[in-house]
Amino acid sequence: MKVSIYAFVVLLAYASLLRIGAEELEQSQQTERISGSAGDVLEDDPVGRLKVFVYDLPSKYNKKILQKDPRCLNHMFAAEIYMHRFLLSSPVRTLNPEEADWFYTPVYTTCDLTPNGLPLPFKSPRMMRSAIQLISSNWPYWNRTAGADHFFVTPHDFGACFHYQEEKAIERGILSLLQRATLVQTFGQRNHVCLKEGSITIPPYAPPQKMQSHLIPPDTPRSIFVYFRGLFYDVSNDPEGGYYARGARASVWENFKDNPLFDISTEHPVTYYEDMQRAVFCLCPLGWAPWSPRLVEGVVFGCIPVIIADDIVLPFADAIPWEEIGVFVAEKDVPNLDAILTSIPPEVILRKQRLLANPSMKQAMLFPQPAQPGDAFHQILNGLARKLPHDNSIYLNPGEKILDWNAGPSGDLKPW
Amino acid sequence: MKLWMMQQNLNNRRNNNFRVNGILDSGVEGVYKSPPALFYFVLHGLFCLFSLVMGFRFARLIIFLFLSTNNNSTSITDYLYNTTTTPILTSPTVITTNVANGLTLDSPPATPTLQNPDTVSNQSTPVSTGSHIIVGRHGIQIRAWPHPDPIEVMKAHRIMERVQAGQRLLYGIKNPKPLIVITPTYVRTFQNLHLTGLMHSLMLAPYNVTWIVVEAGGPTRETAALLAKSGCRTIHIGFDQRMPILWEDRHRMESRMRLRALRVVRDQRLDGIVVFGDDSNIHSKELFDEIQSVKWIGAVSVGILAHSGNPDEQGDENSPLPVQGPACNSSGNLVGWNTFNPLSHGEKIGDNETVLPMKLEWAGFVLNSRLVWKEAEGKPEWVKDLETLENDGGDLESPLSLLKNGSVVEPLGSCGSKVLLWWLRVEAREDGKFPSGWIADSPSEITSGKKVGGTQEHKGKHTDKTG
Repeated sequence: MKVSIYAFVVLLAYASLLRIGAEELEQSQQTERISGSAGDVLEDDPVGRLKVFVYDLPSKYNKKILQKDPRCLNHMFAAEIYMHRFLLSSPVRTLNPEEADWFYTPVYTTCDLTPNGLPLPFKSPRMMRSAIQLISSNWPYWNRTAGADHFFVTPHDFGACFHYQEEKAIERGILSLLQRATLVQTFGQRNHVCLKEGSITIPPYAPPQKMQSHLIPPDTPRSIFVYFRGLFYDVSNDPEGGYYARGARASVWENFKDNPLFDISTEHPVTYYEDMQRAVFCLCPLGWAPWSPRLVEGVVFGCIPVIIADDIVLPFADAIPWEEIGVFVAEKDVPNLDAILTSIPPEVILRKQRLLANPSMKQAMLFPQPAQPGDAFHQILNGLARKLPHDNSIYLNPGEKILDWNAGPSGDLKPW
Repeated sequence: MKLWMMQQNLNNRRNNNFRVNGILDSGVEGVYKSPPALFYFVLHGLFCLFSLVMGFRFARLIIFLFLSTNNNSTSITDYLYNTTTTPILTSPTVITTNVANGLTLDSPPATPTLQNPDTVSNQSTPVSTGSHIIVGRHGIQIRAWPHPDPIEVMKAHRIMERVQAGQRLLYGIKNPKPLIVITPTYVRTFQNLHLTGLMHSLMLAPYNVTWIVVEAGGPTRETAALLAKSGCRTIHIGFDQRMPILWEDRHRMESRMRLRALRVVRDQRLDGIVVFGDDSNIHSKELFDEIQSVKWIGAVSVGILAHSGNPDEQGDENSPLPVQGPACNSSGNLVGWNTFNPLSHGEKIGDNETVLPMKLEWAGFVLNSRLVWKEAEGKPEWVKDLETLENDGGDLESPLSLLKNGSVVEPLGSCGSKVLLWWLRVEAREDGKFPSGWIADSPSEITSGKKVGGTQEHKGKHTDKTG
């Protein structure tokens, strides 16, 4: 009896010790997560937190397309190409697919360019489908999870809806084969068909060297109040106005074209980058799609971005505190833009400028070659790492089929 | 206009070709799909033809007639031909879109265009449930008075001032040092002009300025009146000799006047950066910012605006760069001096030939005022005492004679590559008749072709100042 009581007490003591130990572990995990709040997360290093396997697709999906048109390296959709190159030589890459957390498929869907340099999305669904057919037949990993641990870079206007016109894109919806995969795209708008839950929004590609070469001394006084260069009316596709940019850009022009505080015009000057560095606010209104490279340029040049796009999802929204850096104006408030901007207290403006001057913010928006710590490539990997570990439910039971390989418009089903 | 259009096309996402393709695709497929689609296709074609013939968007009229339930007082033509100014002034509220009825009021002058009627009818497709953003045609919102409000403009300017002050705090110079500007001057026609120019440059510099003006022949009332307007602290000293006529003599006397001013600096223990601002030189604002970084003695590049009476001389291939200043090697260290020495030069003030500076002008140097103090903390040993210089009567061509060792000079302005001030000696000719006080009484005097830029000085006759 005494022995049993003694044993019971020992057991209790041991159990309490275990509990204390467990609590300590939990606390240390909690402190790790707390430090991952917006701002600090920018400095996270993804190496060691995830492993990515790069499928070896035949060159007709990537290299040959690039050879046919090397302009793809410089336009704003070039992120897909540079992401591929980065992953090939990155320490997160693994050659053993069994230990990989994420799988990457290097297919350049935004590289079929018109003579003017604009990408045509008409063949992209077929290209993507053909690539997925290839990986699902040559490797078992796609069928294992129906693509839930695969990610794709789709930087086109409306992401994986693969169309430049919004109505058509909504009609098409996201390619059905990609419904379980993670999409890394530039498009982001809340409650929109073309933004899947769990997508990672990235900035469009802007050439880092070109921007660096146009830097002016930071003590040059900022003497332009609001700056914008771009179209207000898209005359060849929407001559009456009201369609393009949901009428917001036209409204900016009509209300502020004779206002001396607003330096807005359609002329694209040689000193465009230098002018942005001399401006306090840079307008970033939506166009045919809500995102634009102006956001990247504004952040790099220290000009406070004024975002006029309802419900937009900005790049790396879980890592960058956009509310504190930029000014958000609803599209219906555009006629009062001057009142809104002048009523911001100067301390708030100075604070925003100090936040913008933070080099890690600028680095997170860029795709430099070779990759540097804290740049957009690393933020993408951080985003992927934050989605780990994969839930066990993504693994399909044998014989279970989720994806319908024949869904979608008949034009998509033709082989590429 | 054409270029702009071409540029638009170049920048455009979609050409008209695409739309035609798209529509044809959907059209063709539609035809094969169902009779309603075929009917719609035919209707679309009919509308297009009608619009072509009639010259306005026929579809709008039809839809308006079919769907109009709201009876506004405006007539049909107002809906069809939207004007710009009148609707804005009469309706004080913002003109917004009326999407549900399929009609919109846009304010830019809608020249009747040939649009496909399907863009009017198939609107208001909500993006998805839960989203209030509608894809389709929206109105262009214009407020009632789309012009700048002066109060807001003032607020914006104040914001910009704060921003610029913040920039200066972050990136600019912290702890700006005061300036001590030494100017030798003498009475002549253009004296007031030169002094006014220099005064304006000093007033613009955002630093505390102490201006020491040494006037040859004794201080005059007119100069004192000018200095009083400057708003900075001035010390007006007279020098007991008259300015000589020959250029070389003038140079030497100016140097002695500057030494006299340096003695004031030493006696009053003035603190700051000593700038030798000659009255006829031209100073840039960047000069005053750049010299803040000097430790003991610095040199900047001076552009020489050498005036030549003989135009044949210039454009010579062997003529050197008219810049005087420090010369650096590739690692940014001072290795020598650039001087400007073309062949011929004028001898007298009043020659028709090039007036040249000395090898290195005082104007291109700046000093820390503690160098001339009797005792100062950290004063380096390579500086000679001011008194020994005066007593020796040695070569006072440039401040380098203050130093025992010429290599301690700090080159400023990107190691001498930026020209921050310009040396100029322009004086009126002796026979020049400039109106007294610059008030022209009779125009004929002025237009008799006086040549300015010669180098003659007024002789004793004109003792009153006409500048």
